[in-house]
Amino acid sequence: MAEEAPEDGAVRTLPSLRRLSRALPFGRSHGRLGVSSSGRHIVPALCSQEKADPQKTAFLLRKAWTLYSVTPLYRFRRCRLRDYARLLGAFIAAEKQKGLAVEVGVELDIKVALSSLADLRGSELDQDALLVQHFTCLPLFLTHGPESYTSLVGSWFQKTFDCCFRRLAISPLNLSWMVAMWAGCKLDRAASAVELIFSVPCLAQPLDISYAIHPEDAKALWDTVQKTPGEITQEEVDVFMDCLYAHFHRHFKIHLSAAKLVKVSTAIASAHCDGIVKILHSQYLPGVLMLLTELAISQIQ
Amino acid sequence: MAVLRPFDKLPTLNSGTLLLVGPDEALRQQLAETILQEKRDFNISIHLATSLPLPSERDHLRPRIDLIVFMIDIKSKYSLKKVECSLAHVDASFFLGKVCFLVTGVGKVNACSIEMNAVCKLGEAYCSPMLFCELELEDTRVATAQRLVRMLRICAGHIPGVSALSFVSLMRKSDDN
Repeated sequence: MAEEAPEDGAVRTLPSLRRLSRALPFGRSHGRLGVSSSGRHIVPALCSQEKADPQKTAFLLRKAWTLYSVTPLYRFRRCRLRDYARLLGAFIAAEKQKGLAVEVGVELDIKVALSSLADLRGSELDQDALLVQHFTCLPLFLTHGPESYTSLVGSWFQKTFDCCFRRLAISPLNLSWMVAMWAGCKLDRAASAVELIFSVPCLAQPLDISYAIHPEDAKALWDTVQKTPGEITQEEVDVFMDCLYAHFHRHFKIHLSAAKLVKVSTAIASAHCDGIVKILHSQYLPGVLMLLTELAISQIQ
Repeated sequence: MAVLRPFDKLPTLNSGTLLLVGPDEALRQQLAETILQEKRDFNISIHLATSLPLPSERDHLRPRIDLIVFMIDIKSKYSLKKVECSLAHVDASFFLGKVCFLVTGVGKVNACSIEMNAVCKLGEAYCSPMLFCELELEDTRVATAQRLVRMLRICAGHIPGVSALSFVSLMRKSDDN
C-alpha cells in the first residue's frame, strides 16, 4: 500500500519539485552531507485531519509497518489497479510454484487486492503528482507480513515499473524530530507515556536505556519551547531534546546525547530506526504518513 | 594559563605537535596510531585530550602546539557539545589556520544524531577547515592521517613560503565579494 496523490487531469508535478519551496525537515543533501539550501528547517506542525474516515483506515493502525522508499514508477496508471492485482497474483503464484518462497502448507490461490484510499490524500495545498514523462511518484511503501511476500511484491513492482525499493532507515536526528512533533500533539483522551529507547555503543554487553516521560509533562515542555504554533524549527527540537537529556543527566549522570536513539514511542505513533513504524491514533494518521512520505522522498534524492 | 596560545612557547627543532581533542577515546587513539605510522622526515608528537582546558600542572612540560584537531562524531551530539565548550579555551589567534575540525562517522548517514548544517556553521563561524571522514575504514583513516600530517607540516612552519594562513584563504567561498 502506498501513499497516494490524487489524480485529476493530465498535468501534475512530482511532489518533490513542489516541495523545494517548502523546506523539508529531513535534510536533503545539496552537495554537502544533508545541508539544505535554506539552512533553517521549518515544517508545518502535525495537523489532525478529521475528514479521514476512521473505518476505512482502521487497518493501518496498531500494526508494525516496515518502511521502504520507492523511486518514481514508470507508467503506473491508477485506473489499471485491477489489472495490476491480477498480474501480481499470477506472479506470486508462479514464484511459489517455482519453489522460491519456501513455505509449507500454504495454499496457492493468492488473492491480491489493490485499492486506493482516497481519504489519505494530503490537503489541497500538496499538489500532487505531475505525470512528467509518464512517471508517478509514490515514494512510500509500507509492508506488514512475512518477508517472503514482501520481497515478491517488491520484485514485481521493480520489474513492472522500473523502480527501486530501498529499506527506509530513520536516523536518530529524524527520530528526535518525530518525538518532538508527536509529543506536542493535543490528545483528548489519556495518552500513553512518551518513551525514548537508547542503545549504548562500545560496551562489552550491549546496554539499552529506556526513558519514559509522562505525556502531559512532555507536552508542557514542548509548549514552552515552541514559539510559533504550526511551525517547528530545528532549534526548537534541539532545545526540547537537550532539556530531556539534561534532566536525565542530573538524575543518573549519564549523557544520553552520546548514546544512539533507536526508538521513540508516543501515543500517536512509534518509530524504530530500522524503519518500522506503528501508528496508533487515527486522527493523526494522514499527518504521520505525510511525514514518512517526506522522509522517503529525501532518501530517494 | 587556561587558554591555549599558538606562539607563547619556542618551537622544537624539526618537529610538530598535534593536539587531538574529542570525547571518544577509542577513535582518538586509533587516529593517533595511524598518524604515527605515516612515513615522515620530522618528529611528530601527538597529545590527546577529551576536552579543553588542558590541565595546567603540566603546562611547562608541554611543547608548543602547532595544530589542534577537534573531533566531532556525527553519531554523538555529546561530542559536538564538548567541542563547542572546548573552543572557548583556545586563543583567537589559533583560528588563523591552526585549528581543524574532523567530522567522523560520515559513512553511516542513517546513524547521524547531529544536523550537518550546525556542524558546517561551526566551521564557518571559526574560519577553520572541516574534514569529513570515516575512521572505521582503514583507507579513509590512512588518507585522513596523511592530510593531517601535511597540514601539521605547514602549521609547524616546515614548508618555506606556505604558512597556516593559506588554509584560511581556502575557506572563502567563490561567491564571496
